[in-house]
Amino acid sequence: MRVLVCVKRVPAPGAKINIAADGQSVDTAYLAFTTSPHEECAVEEAVQLIERHGGEATVLTLGPGEAEDQVRYAASLGIAKGVLLPTDGTDWDPQRTAAAIASAVSAIEAVDGPFDIILFGNESADSGGFQVGVRVARALGRPIVNGIKGIDVGDGTLSAQRESEAGLEVYVLPMPVVLGVKEGINLPRYPTLKGRLASKKAPVDQVSPVAEPGGQHLVTLLPATEQVSATTILGHGPDAAAAVVDVLVELGVLK
Amino acid sequence: MSVLVVVEHDRGTLAPATLEALAAARSLGEPVHAITIGAAADGLVAELAAHGASVVVQAHHDLLSDYGPEAWGDTVAQLVTQLSPTAVIATGTDRGNEVMAHVAAIADLPMVANCLSFTPGAPWQITRVRWGGSLLEQCELQAPIALLTTSHHAIEAAESPVEVTIQAFEPVLDAALARTVVVDRVERAAGVTLATAPVVVGGGRGVGSPDGFGQLEELAALLGGVVGCSRAVTNNGWRNHTDQVGQTGTRIAPDLYFACGISGAIQHWVGAMASKNILAINTDPEANMVTKADYAVIGDLHQVIPAISAEIRRRRGI
Repeated sequence: MRVLVCVKRVPAPGAKINIAADGQSVDTAYLAFTTSPHEECAVEEAVQLIERHGGEATVLTLGPGEAEDQVRYAASLGIAKGVLLPTDGTDWDPQRTAAAIASAVSAIEAVDGPFDIILFGNESADSGGFQVGVRVARALGRPIVNGIKGIDVGDGTLSAQRESEAGLEVYVLPMPVVLGVKEGINLPRYPTLKGRLASKKAPVDQVSPVAEPGGQHLVTLLPATEQVSATTILGHGPDAAAAVVDVLVELGVLK
Repeated sequence: MSVLVVVEHDRGTLAPATLEALAAARSLGEPVHAITIGAAADGLVAELAAHGASVVVQAHHDLLSDYGPEAWGDTVAQLVTQLSPTAVIATGTDRGNEVMAHVAAIADLPMVANCLSFTPGAPWQITRVRWGGSLLEQCELQAPIALLTTSHHAIEAAESPVEVTIQAFEPVLDAALARTVVVDRVERAAGVTLATAPVVVGGGRGVGSPDGFGQLEELAALLGGVVGCSRAVTNNGWRNHTDQVGQTGTRIAPDLYFACGISGAIQHWVGAMASKNILAINTDPEANMVTKADYAVIGDLHQVIPAISAEIRRRRGI
Protein backbone atom coordinates (compact mmCIF):
# COMPACT_ATOMS: atom_id res chain seq x y z
CA MET A 1 0.00 0.00 0.00
CA ARG A 2 1.18 3.51 -0.82
CA VAL A 3 0.04 6.30 1.50
CA LEU A 4 0.66 10.04 1.23
CA VAL A 5 0.03 12.38 4.14
CA CYS A 6 -0.07 16.15 3.60
CA VAL A 7 0.74 18.36 6.59
CA LYS A 8 1.10 22.04 7.45
CA ARG A 9 3.57 23.73 9.79
CA VAL A 10 1.69 26.02 12.18
CA PRO A 11 2.51 27.91 15.40
CA ALA A 12 1.91 25.64 18.41
CA PRO A 13 -1.82 26.08 19.06
CA GLY A 14 -1.36 26.42 22.81
CA ALA A 15 0.75 29.53 22.33
CA LYS A 16 -0.35 33.14 22.64
CA ILE A 17 -0.52 34.47 19.09
CA ASN A 18 0.85 37.98 18.49
CA ILE A 19 0.43 39.65 15.12
CA ALA A 20 3.61 40.88 13.40
CA ALA A 21 4.09 44.62 12.78
CA ASP A 22 3.19 44.27 9.07
CA GLY A 23 -0.14 42.63 9.91
CA GLN A 24 0.56 39.89 7.36
CA SER A 25 1.63 37.12 9.66
CA VAL A 26 2.01 36.15 13.27
CA ASP A 27 5.10 37.23 15.18
CA THR A 28 7.20 34.09 15.26
CA ALA A 29 10.08 35.33 17.41
CA TYR A 30 8.92 33.54 20.55
CA LEU A 31 6.80 30.82 19.04
CA ALA A 32 7.26 27.10 18.84
CA PHE A 33 6.01 25.40 15.69
CA THR A 34 4.28 22.12 15.25
CA THR A 35 2.28 20.05 12.81
CA SER A 36 -1.36 21.20 12.66
CA PRO A 37 -3.33 18.99 15.13
CA HIS A 38 -5.61 17.14 12.69
CA GLU A 39 -2.56 16.42 10.56
CA GLU A 40 -0.57 15.03 13.49
CA CYS A 41 -3.30 12.42 13.62
CA ALA A 42 -3.15 11.98 9.83
CA VAL A 43 0.56 11.16 10.16
CA GLU A 44 -0.16 8.64 12.93
CA GLU A 45 -2.91 7.10 10.79
CA ALA A 46 -0.52 6.78 7.84
CA VAL A 47 2.03 5.00 10.05
CA GLN A 48 -0.66 2.64 11.40
CA LEU A 49 -1.96 1.88 7.88
CA ILE A 50 1.55 0.84 6.82
CA GLU A 51 2.02 -1.21 10.01
CA ARG A 52 -1.24 -3.05 9.33
CA HIS A 53 -1.11 -3.43 5.56
CA GLY A 54 2.56 -3.06 4.59
CA GLY A 55 3.95 -0.66 2.01
CA GLU A 56 5.35 2.80 2.32
CA ALA A 57 4.20 6.23 3.46
CA THR A 58 5.36 9.62 2.23
CA VAL A 59 4.82 13.00 3.92
CA LEU A 60 4.43 16.20 1.91
CA THR A 61 4.29 19.81 3.02
CA LEU A 62 4.12 23.21 1.36
CA GLY A 63 5.57 25.98 3.47
CA PRO A 64 8.72 27.83 4.48
CA GLY A 65 12.04 25.99 4.39
CA GLU A 66 11.77 25.43 8.15
CA ALA A 67 8.79 23.14 7.48
CA GLU A 68 11.44 20.48 6.90
CA ASP A 69 11.25 20.12 10.73
CA GLN A 70 7.69 18.83 10.41
CA VAL A 71 8.69 16.49 7.57
CA ARG A 72 11.53 15.04 9.64
CA TYR A 73 9.29 14.74 12.70
CA ALA A 74 6.90 12.61 10.61
CA ALA A 75 9.91 10.58 9.45
CA SER A 76 10.87 9.99 13.09
CA LEU A 77 7.49 8.31 13.61
CA GLY A 78 7.81 5.89 10.70
CA ILE A 79 7.10 7.80 7.49
CA ALA A 80 9.72 6.66 4.94
CA LYS A 81 10.14 9.71 2.72
CA GLY A 82 9.46 13.42 2.65
CA VAL A 83 8.65 16.01 0.03
CA LEU A 84 9.03 19.71 0.79
CA LEU A 85 7.52 22.33 -1.49
CA PRO A 86 9.32 25.43 -0.18
CA THR A 87 7.61 28.82 -0.40
CA ASP A 88 9.10 32.21 0.42
CA GLY A 89 7.27 32.08 3.75
CA THR A 90 4.37 34.29 2.69
CA ASP A 91 0.77 33.19 3.14
CA TRP A 92 -0.31 31.11 0.11
CA ASP A 93 -4.03 31.20 -0.57
CA PRO A 94 -5.91 27.89 -0.66
CA GLN A 95 -6.34 27.73 -4.46
CA ARG A 96 -2.64 28.26 -5.03
CA THR A 97 -1.67 25.80 -2.29
CA ALA A 98 -3.95 23.10 -3.68
CA ALA A 99 -2.78 23.60 -7.27
CA ALA A 100 0.86 23.29 -6.21
CA ILE A 101 0.20 20.15 -4.14
CA ALA A 102 -1.90 18.50 -6.87
CA SER A 103 0.80 19.08 -9.45
CA ALA A 104 3.52 17.77 -7.11
CA VAL A 105 1.45 14.64 -6.35
CA SER A 106 0.91 14.01 -10.08
CA ALA A 107 4.65 14.32 -10.69
CA ILE A 108 5.47 11.83 -7.90
CA GLU A 109 2.81 9.38 -9.10
CA ALA A 110 4.08 9.58 -12.70
CA VAL A 111 7.37 8.12 -11.46
CA ASP A 112 6.44 5.91 -8.50
CA GLY A 113 2.81 4.96 -9.22
CA PRO A 114 -0.43 6.11 -7.59
CA PHE A 115 -1.00 6.52 -3.87
CA ASP A 116 -3.81 4.26 -2.63
CA ILE A 117 -4.69 6.70 0.15
CA ILE A 118 -3.92 10.41 0.46
CA LEU A 119 -4.59 11.90 3.90
CA PHE A 120 -5.17 15.55 4.75
CA GLY A 121 -6.16 17.17 8.03
CA ASN A 122 -9.78 18.35 8.07
CA GLU A 123 -8.61 21.97 8.23
CA SER A 124 -5.43 23.75 9.24
CA ALA A 125 -5.31 25.18 12.78
CA ASP A 126 -4.15 28.60 11.63
CA SER A 127 -5.81 29.73 8.38
CA GLY A 128 -8.67 27.20 8.48
CA GLY A 129 -9.70 27.47 4.81
CA PHE A 130 -11.47 24.06 4.81
CA GLN A 131 -10.75 23.38 1.12
CA VAL A 132 -7.22 22.34 0.15
CA GLY A 133 -7.87 18.58 0.45
CA VAL A 134 -11.08 18.81 -1.57
CA ARG A 135 -9.42 20.85 -4.32
CA VAL A 136 -6.52 18.39 -4.56
CA ALA A 137 -8.89 15.40 -4.68
CA ARG A 138 -10.97 17.03 -7.42
CA ALA A 139 -7.84 17.92 -9.40
CA LEU A 140 -6.71 14.27 -9.19
CA GLY A 141 -10.22 13.00 -10.00
CA ARG A 142 -10.53 11.05 -6.74
CA PRO A 143 -13.26 10.78 -4.14
CA ILE A 144 -12.84 12.60 -0.84
CA VAL A 145 -14.76 12.74 2.42
CA ASN A 146 -13.79 15.05 5.28
CA GLY A 147 -14.19 14.74 9.05
CA ILE A 148 -12.98 11.12 9.15
CA LYS A 149 -12.50 9.53 12.58
CA GLY A 150 -12.00 5.91 11.58
CA ILE A 151 -10.58 4.00 8.59
CA ASP A 152 -10.90 0.26 7.86
CA VAL A 153 -9.20 -0.92 4.70
CA GLY A 154 -10.84 -3.74 2.75
CA ASP A 155 -10.10 -5.25 -0.65
CA GLY A 156 -9.92 -2.33 -3.08
CA THR A 157 -12.32 -0.29 -0.95
CA LEU A 158 -12.23 1.20 2.49
CA SER A 159 -14.81 2.04 5.08
CA ALA A 160 -14.51 5.47 6.69
CA GLN A 161 -16.43 6.77 9.69
CA ARG A 162 -17.38 10.36 10.30
CA GLU A 163 -18.91 11.85 13.42
CA SER A 164 -21.95 14.04 12.93
CA GLU A 165 -24.43 15.56 15.35
CA ALA A 166 -26.79 12.66 14.66
CA GLY A 167 -24.26 9.91 15.14
CA LEU A 168 -21.58 8.04 13.24
CA GLU A 169 -21.86 8.14 9.44
CA VAL A 170 -20.28 5.33 7.45
CA TYR A 171 -18.88 5.78 3.93
CA VAL A 172 -17.55 3.01 1.68
CA LEU A 173 -15.05 4.38 -0.80
CA PRO A 174 -13.06 2.90 -3.67
CA MET A 175 -9.29 3.36 -3.67
CA PRO A 176 -7.39 5.42 -4.69
CA VAL A 177 -9.03 7.83 -2.30
CA VAL A 178 -8.42 11.08 -0.43
CA LEU A 179 -9.59 11.55 3.17
CA GLY A 180 -9.67 14.59 5.46
CA VAL A 181 -9.15 13.28 9.00
CA LYS A 182 -9.96 14.81 12.36
CA GLU A 183 -8.15 14.68 15.67
CA GLY A 184 -9.48 11.80 17.75
CA ILE A 185 -9.07 9.21 14.98
CA ASN A 186 -6.09 7.96 17.00
CA LEU A 187 -3.65 9.01 19.71
CA PRO A 188 -0.41 10.11 18.03
CA ARG A 189 2.70 8.37 19.30
CA TYR A 190 5.92 10.06 20.35
CA PRO A 191 9.15 9.41 18.43
CA THR A 192 11.64 6.88 19.77
CA LEU A 193 15.34 7.69 19.99
CA LYS A 194 15.93 5.27 17.10
CA GLY A 195 13.23 7.04 15.10
CA ARG A 196 14.79 10.43 15.76
CA LEU A 197 18.18 9.24 14.55
CA ALA A 198 16.70 7.61 11.45
CA SER A 199 14.75 10.77 10.59
CA LYS A 200 18.00 12.70 10.12
CA LYS A 201 18.85 10.41 7.22
CA ALA A 202 15.36 10.12 5.73
CA PRO A 203 15.29 11.25 2.08
CA VAL A 204 13.53 14.62 1.72
CA ASP A 205 13.03 15.89 -1.82
CA GLN A 206 12.74 19.62 -2.35
CA VAL A 207 10.61 20.60 -5.32
CA SER A 208 9.89 24.25 -6.07
CA PRO A 209 6.11 24.66 -6.14
CA VAL A 210 4.64 26.37 -9.17
CA ALA A 211 1.12 27.80 -9.06
CA GLU A 212 -0.55 31.10 -9.76
CA PRO A 213 -2.12 33.04 -6.88
CA GLY A 214 -5.87 32.50 -6.46
CA GLY A 215 -8.60 35.05 -5.88
CA GLN A 216 -8.33 35.38 -2.08
CA HIS A 217 -5.76 37.89 -0.89
CA LEU A 218 -4.78 38.46 2.75
CA VAL A 219 -4.82 42.14 3.67
CA THR A 220 -4.19 42.07 7.40
CA LEU A 221 -4.61 40.04 10.55
CA LEU A 222 -6.44 41.48 13.55
CA PRO A 223 -6.81 40.37 17.14
CA ALA A 224 -10.31 39.10 17.92
CA THR A 225 -12.26 41.25 20.34
CA GLU A 226 -11.28 39.93 23.74
CA GLN A 227 -14.04 39.01 26.10
CA VAL A 228 -13.31 41.22 29.06
CA SER A 229 -14.83 40.06 32.30
CA ALA A 230 -13.98 41.09 35.81
CA THR A 231 -13.25 37.87 37.65
CA THR A 232 -14.92 37.51 41.02
CA ILE A 233 -12.57 35.61 43.31
CA LEU A 234 -14.81 33.40 45.46
CA GLY A 235 -12.05 32.45 47.84
CA HIS A 236 -8.96 30.35 48.39
CA GLY A 237 -8.85 26.58 48.81
CA PRO A 238 -11.66 24.34 50.13
CA ASP A 239 -13.03 27.15 52.33
CA ALA A 240 -14.46 28.70 49.13
CA ALA A 241 -16.94 25.80 48.71
CA ALA A 242 -19.88 27.59 50.35
CA ALA A 243 -19.39 30.69 48.16
CA VAL A 244 -19.19 28.45 45.06
CA VAL A 245 -22.44 26.70 45.93
CA ASP A 246 -24.12 30.07 46.52
CA VAL A 247 -23.14 30.97 42.93
CA LEU A 248 -24.52 27.64 41.66
CA VAL A 249 -27.85 28.47 43.27
CA GLU A 250 -27.80 32.03 41.94
CA LEU A 251 -27.10 30.80 38.38
CA GLY A 252 -29.88 28.22 38.67
CA VAL A 253 -27.61 25.26 37.97
CA LEU A 254 -28.19 23.75 41.40
CA LYS A 255 -31.83 22.90 41.81
CA MET B 1 -29.19 39.21 -10.09
CA SER B 2 -29.54 36.91 -7.13
CA VAL B 3 -27.80 35.36 -4.16
CA LEU B 4 -27.89 31.61 -3.68
CA VAL B 5 -27.98 30.00 -0.23
CA VAL B 6 -27.07 26.34 0.20
CA VAL B 7 -29.52 24.92 2.75
CA GLU B 8 -27.90 22.58 5.23
CA HIS B 9 -30.18 19.89 6.53
CA ASP B 10 -29.89 16.39 7.91
CA ARG B 11 -32.50 14.07 6.41
CA GLY B 12 -34.95 16.98 6.28
CA THR B 13 -34.10 18.60 9.62
CA LEU B 14 -32.88 22.15 9.03
CA ALA B 15 -29.48 23.09 10.50
CA PRO B 16 -30.04 26.35 12.45
CA ALA B 17 -26.88 27.85 10.88
CA THR B 18 -28.77 27.95 7.56
CA LEU B 19 -30.95 30.77 8.93
CA GLU B 20 -27.77 32.77 9.63
CA ALA B 21 -26.62 32.18 6.03
CA LEU B 22 -30.02 33.45 4.84
CA ALA B 23 -29.66 36.61 6.95
CA ALA B 24 -26.19 37.16 5.48
CA ALA B 25 -27.59 36.67 1.95
CA ARG B 26 -30.44 39.16 2.53
CA SER B 27 -27.93 41.83 3.52
CA LEU B 28 -26.73 41.91 -0.12
CA GLY B 29 -30.09 43.34 -1.19
CA GLU B 30 -30.73 40.94 -4.06
CA PRO B 31 -33.42 38.25 -4.38
CA VAL B 32 -32.43 35.24 -2.26
CA HIS B 33 -32.64 31.79 -3.82
CA ALA B 34 -32.23 28.78 -1.53
CA ILE B 35 -31.37 25.30 -2.76
CA THR B 36 -32.59 22.29 -0.80
CA ILE B 37 -30.89 19.05 -1.76
CA GLY B 38 -32.90 15.83 -1.77
CA ALA B 39 -36.64 15.18 -1.47
CA ALA B 40 -36.29 14.84 2.32
CA ALA B 41 -35.88 18.64 2.48
CA ASP B 42 -39.02 19.49 0.46
CA GLY B 43 -40.86 20.38 3.66
CA LEU B 44 -38.54 23.29 4.48
CA VAL B 45 -40.10 25.80 2.04
CA ALA B 46 -42.20 27.71 4.59
CA GLU B 47 -39.34 28.14 7.05
CA LEU B 48 -36.97 29.32 4.31
CA ALA B 49 -39.54 31.80 2.96
CA ALA B 50 -40.08 33.12 6.49
CA HIS B 51 -36.36 33.94 6.53
CA GLY B 52 -36.35 35.71 3.19
CA ALA B 53 -35.92 33.07 0.46
CA SER B 54 -38.10 34.21 -2.46
CA VAL B 55 -37.20 31.19 -4.59
CA VAL B 56 -36.67 27.71 -3.19
CA VAL B 57 -34.96 25.38 -5.66
CA GLN B 58 -35.68 21.74 -4.84
CA ALA B 59 -32.97 19.45 -6.22
CA HIS B 60 -34.11 15.87 -6.71
CA HIS B 61 -32.07 12.86 -7.81
CA ASP B 62 -31.72 9.25 -6.71
CA LEU B 63 -28.17 10.00 -5.48
CA LEU B 64 -29.49 12.74 -3.19
CA SER B 65 -31.29 10.39 -0.81
CA ASP B 66 -28.78 11.15 1.97
CA TYR B 67 -25.76 13.39 2.50
CA GLY B 68 -22.93 12.94 0.00
CA PRO B 69 -20.31 15.67 -0.34
CA GLU B 70 -19.48 15.04 -3.99
CA ALA B 71 -23.10 14.71 -5.18
CA TRP B 72 -24.15 17.79 -3.16
CA GLY B 73 -21.19 19.76 -4.54
CA ASP B 74 -21.97 18.80 -8.15
CA THR B 75 -25.63 19.70 -7.65
CA VAL B 76 -24.88 23.17 -6.31
CA ALA B 77 -22.19 23.78 -8.96
CA GLN B 78 -24.67 22.99 -11.74
CA LEU B 79 -27.25 25.38 -10.33
CA VAL B 80 -24.56 28.07 -9.98
CA THR B 81 -23.73 27.70 -13.68
CA GLN B 82 -27.41 28.01 -14.59
CA LEU B 83 -28.28 30.86 -12.20
CA SER B 84 -25.00 32.82 -12.26
CA PRO B 85 -25.63 34.45 -8.86
CA THR B 86 -23.60 37.31 -7.38
CA ALA B 87 -22.68 35.13 -4.43
CA VAL B 88 -23.23 31.65 -3.05
CA ILE B 89 -23.47 31.42 0.73
CA ALA B 90 -23.32 28.26 2.84
CA THR B 91 -23.02 27.51 6.54
CA GLY B 92 -19.55 27.54 8.11
CA THR B 93 -20.05 24.04 9.47
CA ASP B 94 -18.45 20.70 8.63
CA ARG B 95 -20.98 20.03 5.90
CA GLY B 96 -21.35 23.61 4.67
CA ASN B 97 -17.63 24.16 4.28
CA GLU B 98 -17.20 20.75 2.68
CA VAL B 99 -19.92 21.23 0.05
CA MET B 100 -18.70 24.74 -0.76
CA ALA B 101 -15.13 23.44 -1.19
CA HIS B 102 -16.45 21.04 -3.83
CA VAL B 103 -18.33 23.84 -5.58
CA ALA B 104 -15.16 25.97 -5.53
CA ALA B 105 -13.03 23.14 -6.90
CA ILE B 106 -15.50 22.32 -9.70
CA ALA B 107 -15.98 25.96 -10.72
CA ASP B 108 -12.29 26.83 -10.12
CA LEU B 109 -13.35 29.80 -8.02
CA PRO B 110 -11.88 31.06 -4.75
CA MET B 111 -13.84 30.28 -1.58
CA VAL B 112 -13.67 32.21 1.67
CA ALA B 113 -14.60 30.12 4.71
CA ASN B 114 -16.07 31.28 8.02
CA CYS B 115 -16.82 34.91 7.21
CA LEU B 116 -17.94 37.34 9.91
CA SER B 117 -18.84 40.21 7.58
CA PHE B 118 -18.40 41.21 3.95
CA THR B 119 -18.87 44.08 1.53
CA PRO B 120 -19.38 43.24 -2.14
CA GLY B 121 -17.29 44.96 -4.78
CA ALA B 122 -14.26 44.45 -6.96
CA PRO B 123 -12.68 43.18 -4.86
CA TRP B 124 -15.00 42.08 -2.07
CA GLN B 125 -13.81 43.14 1.39
CA ILE B 126 -14.22 40.32 3.88
CA THR B 127 -13.51 39.69 7.55
CA ARG B 128 -13.17 36.03 8.48
CA VAL B 129 -12.05 33.99 11.48
CA ARG B 130 -8.74 32.21 11.88
CA TRP B 131 -7.47 30.01 14.69
CA GLY B 132 -10.99 28.87 15.44
CA GLY B 133 -12.01 32.45 16.26
CA SER B 134 -9.09 33.81 18.26
CA LEU B 135 -7.67 35.81 15.35
CA LEU B 136 -9.39 37.68 12.52
CA GLU B 137 -8.30 38.08 8.93
CA GLN B 138 -9.25 40.89 6.60
CA CYS B 139 -9.01 39.72 3.03
CA GLU B 140 -9.94 40.74 -0.47
CA LEU B 141 -11.79 38.43 -2.80
CA GLN B 142 -11.50 38.86 -6.54
CA ALA B 143 -14.01 36.57 -8.22
CA PRO B 144 -16.90 36.66 -10.73
CA ILE B 145 -19.04 34.79 -8.19
CA ALA B 146 -18.24 35.04 -4.47
CA LEU B 147 -18.31 31.69 -2.65
CA LEU B 148 -18.62 32.30 1.09
CA THR B 149 -19.46 30.40 4.23
CA THR B 150 -20.65 32.22 7.34
CA SER B 151 -19.02 31.67 10.71
CA HIS B 152 -21.59 30.03 13.01
CA HIS B 153 -23.15 32.48 15.54
CA ALA B 154 -21.52 35.53 13.83
CA ILE B 155 -24.60 36.73 11.98
CA GLU B 156 -27.95 36.80 13.70
CA ALA B 157 -30.84 34.88 12.11
CA ALA B 158 -34.02 36.93 11.75
CA GLU B 159 -37.43 36.39 10.21
CA SER B 160 -38.16 38.39 7.06
CA PRO B 161 -41.12 36.74 5.34
CA VAL B 162 -41.47 36.91 1.55
CA GLU B 163 -43.70 35.37 -1.16
CA VAL B 164 -42.02 32.21 -2.32
CA THR B 165 -41.81 30.39 -5.65
CA ILE B 166 -40.78 26.73 -5.79
CA GLN B 167 -38.59 25.53 -8.66
CA ALA B 168 -37.71 21.91 -9.41
CA PHE B 169 -34.12 21.17 -10.35
CA GLU B 170 -32.74 17.87 -11.57
CA PRO B 171 -28.94 17.81 -11.66
CA VAL B 172 -27.03 15.47 -13.97
CA LEU B 173 -25.02 13.28 -11.62
CA ASP B 174 -22.54 10.55 -12.52
CA ALA B 175 -23.65 7.26 -10.94
CA ALA B 176 -20.06 6.91 -9.64
CA LEU B 177 -20.73 9.67 -7.10
CA ALA B 178 -22.63 7.10 -5.03
CA ARG B 179 -19.12 6.36 -3.68
CA THR B 180 -19.31 9.27 -1.24
CA VAL B 181 -22.95 9.01 -0.16
CA VAL B 182 -23.50 7.90 3.46
CA VAL B 183 -24.21 4.15 3.41
CA ASP B 184 -25.01 3.63 7.07
CA ARG B 185 -25.46 5.64 10.23
CA VAL B 186 -25.12 4.60 13.84
CA GLU B 187 -27.40 6.99 15.74
CA ARG B 188 -26.06 8.56 18.89
CA ALA B 189 -27.53 7.30 22.13
CA ALA B 190 -29.97 9.75 23.68
CA GLY B 191 -28.81 11.73 26.68
CA VAL B 192 -26.77 14.75 27.66
CA THR B 193 -23.74 15.34 25.45
CA LEU B 194 -20.76 17.60 25.91
CA ALA B 195 -22.16 19.98 23.28
CA THR B 196 -25.58 20.26 24.94
CA ALA B 197 -24.88 19.78 28.67
CA PRO B 198 -26.08 22.58 31.00
CA VAL B 199 -23.00 22.10 33.19
CA VAL B 200 -19.55 20.96 32.09
CA VAL B 201 -16.81 20.13 34.59
CA GLY B 202 -13.57 20.38 32.63
CA GLY B 203 -10.16 19.20 33.75
CA GLY B 204 -6.71 20.03 32.43
CA ARG B 205 -3.14 19.02 33.03
CA GLY B 206 -3.59 20.07 36.67
CA VAL B 207 -5.83 17.04 37.30
CA GLY B 208 -2.60 15.05 37.13
CA SER B 209 -3.82 11.56 36.21
CA PRO B 210 -6.73 9.61 34.74
CA ASP B 211 -7.86 8.69 38.28
CA GLY B 212 -7.88 12.36 39.27
CA PHE B 213 -10.99 12.79 37.11
CA GLY B 214 -13.06 10.78 39.61
CA GLN B 215 -13.65 13.94 41.68
CA LEU B 216 -14.76 15.81 38.54
CA GLU B 217 -17.13 12.97 37.59
CA GLU B 218 -18.70 13.13 41.04
CA LEU B 219 -19.30 16.89 40.87
CA ALA B 220 -20.67 16.63 37.31
CA ALA B 221 -23.09 13.89 38.38
CA LEU B 222 -24.39 16.01 41.30
CA LEU B 223 -25.17 18.84 38.85
CA GLY B 224 -26.56 16.76 35.97
CA GLY B 225 -23.57 17.69 33.86
CA VAL B 226 -20.73 15.97 32.05
CA VAL B 227 -16.94 15.94 32.25
CA GLY B 228 -14.79 17.62 29.63
CA CYS B 229 -11.05 18.07 29.31
CA SER B 230 -8.27 19.96 27.57
CA ARG B 231 -6.11 18.78 24.69
CA ALA B 232 -3.18 18.19 27.06
CA VAL B 233 -5.33 15.57 28.78
CA THR B 234 -6.31 13.70 25.60
CA ASN B 235 -2.73 13.87 24.30
CA ASN B 236 -1.62 12.18 27.52
CA GLY B 237 -4.21 9.47 26.96
CA TRP B 238 -5.99 10.28 30.27
CA ARG B 239 -9.40 10.78 28.62
CA ASN B 240 -10.99 9.90 25.29
CA HIS B 241 -10.89 12.57 22.58
CA THR B 242 -14.70 12.72 22.64
CA ASP B 243 -14.33 14.57 25.98
CA GLN B 244 -12.02 17.26 24.57
CA VAL B 245 -13.23 20.86 24.66
CA GLY B 246 -11.40 23.01 22.13
CA GLN B 247 -10.64 24.05 18.59
CA THR B 248 -10.06 20.46 17.53
CA GLY B 249 -12.55 18.99 19.98
CA THR B 250 -16.08 19.98 20.96
CA ARG B 251 -17.35 23.55 21.26
CA ILE B 252 -19.45 23.84 24.38
CA ALA B 253 -22.04 26.40 25.49
CA PRO B 254 -23.22 25.36 28.98
CA ASP B 255 -24.84 27.60 31.60
CA LEU B 256 -21.75 26.99 33.72
CA TYR B 257 -18.30 25.70 32.83
CA PHE B 258 -16.02 24.64 35.69
CA ALA B 259 -12.47 24.92 34.33
CA CYS B 260 -10.32 22.95 36.76
CA GLY B 261 -6.54 22.99 36.47
CA ILE B 262 -6.79 24.39 32.94
CA SER B 263 -4.36 27.14 31.92
CA GLY B 264 -6.61 28.46 29.15
CA ALA B 265 -4.51 28.12 25.99
CA ILE B 266 -6.16 29.47 22.83
CA GLN B 267 -6.81 25.95 21.55
CA HIS B 268 -8.98 25.32 24.63
CA TRP B 269 -10.44 28.80 25.02
CA VAL B 270 -12.08 28.91 21.59
CA GLY B 271 -13.97 25.73 22.49
CA ALA B 272 -15.11 27.10 25.86
CA MET B 273 -15.73 30.79 25.14
CA ALA B 274 -19.42 30.35 24.33
CA SER B 275 -20.09 29.21 27.92
CA LYS B 276 -22.55 31.54 29.65
CA ASN B 277 -20.54 31.51 32.87
CA ILE B 278 -17.06 30.22 33.63
CA LEU B 279 -15.78 29.29 37.08
CA ALA B 280 -12.05 28.56 37.16
CA ILE B 281 -10.31 26.55 39.85
CA ASN B 282 -6.57 26.98 39.64
CA THR B 283 -3.52 27.32 41.87
CA ASP B 284 -2.23 30.12 39.62
CA PRO B 285 -4.19 33.39 39.97
CA GLU B 286 -2.49 34.67 36.79
CA ALA B 287 -3.57 31.73 34.58
CA ASN B 288 -5.40 32.81 31.39
CA MET B 289 -8.42 30.80 32.40
CA VAL B 290 -8.64 32.60 35.75
CA THR B 291 -8.37 36.10 34.25
CA LYS B 292 -10.98 35.29 31.60
CA ALA B 293 -13.40 33.56 33.99
CA ASP B 294 -16.44 35.15 35.64
CA TYR B 295 -15.63 33.44 38.95
CA ALA B 296 -12.51 31.83 40.32
CA VAL B 297 -11.30 29.85 43.29
CA ILE B 298 -7.56 29.96 43.87
CA GLY B 299 -6.43 26.62 45.17
CA ASP B 300 -5.72 22.97 44.54
CA LEU B 301 -8.60 21.42 42.62
CA HIS B 302 -8.09 18.13 44.47
CA GLN B 303 -9.10 19.89 47.70
CA VAL B 304 -11.59 22.38 46.30
CA ILE B 305 -13.75 20.03 44.18
CA PRO B 306 -14.48 17.48 46.96
CA ALA B 307 -15.35 20.40 49.26
CA ILE B 308 -17.86 21.73 46.69
CA SER B 309 -19.41 18.27 46.26
CA ALA B 310 -19.66 17.89 50.03
CA GLU B 311 -21.31 21.31 50.38
CA ILE B 312 -23.88 20.44 47.68
CA ARG B 313 -24.70 17.20 49.49
CA ARG B 314 -24.94 18.98 52.83
CA ARG B 315 -27.47 21.50 51.47
CA ARG B 316 -29.49 18.74 49.86
CA GLY B 317 -29.37 16.74 53.05
CA ILE B 318 -27.77 13.68 51.38
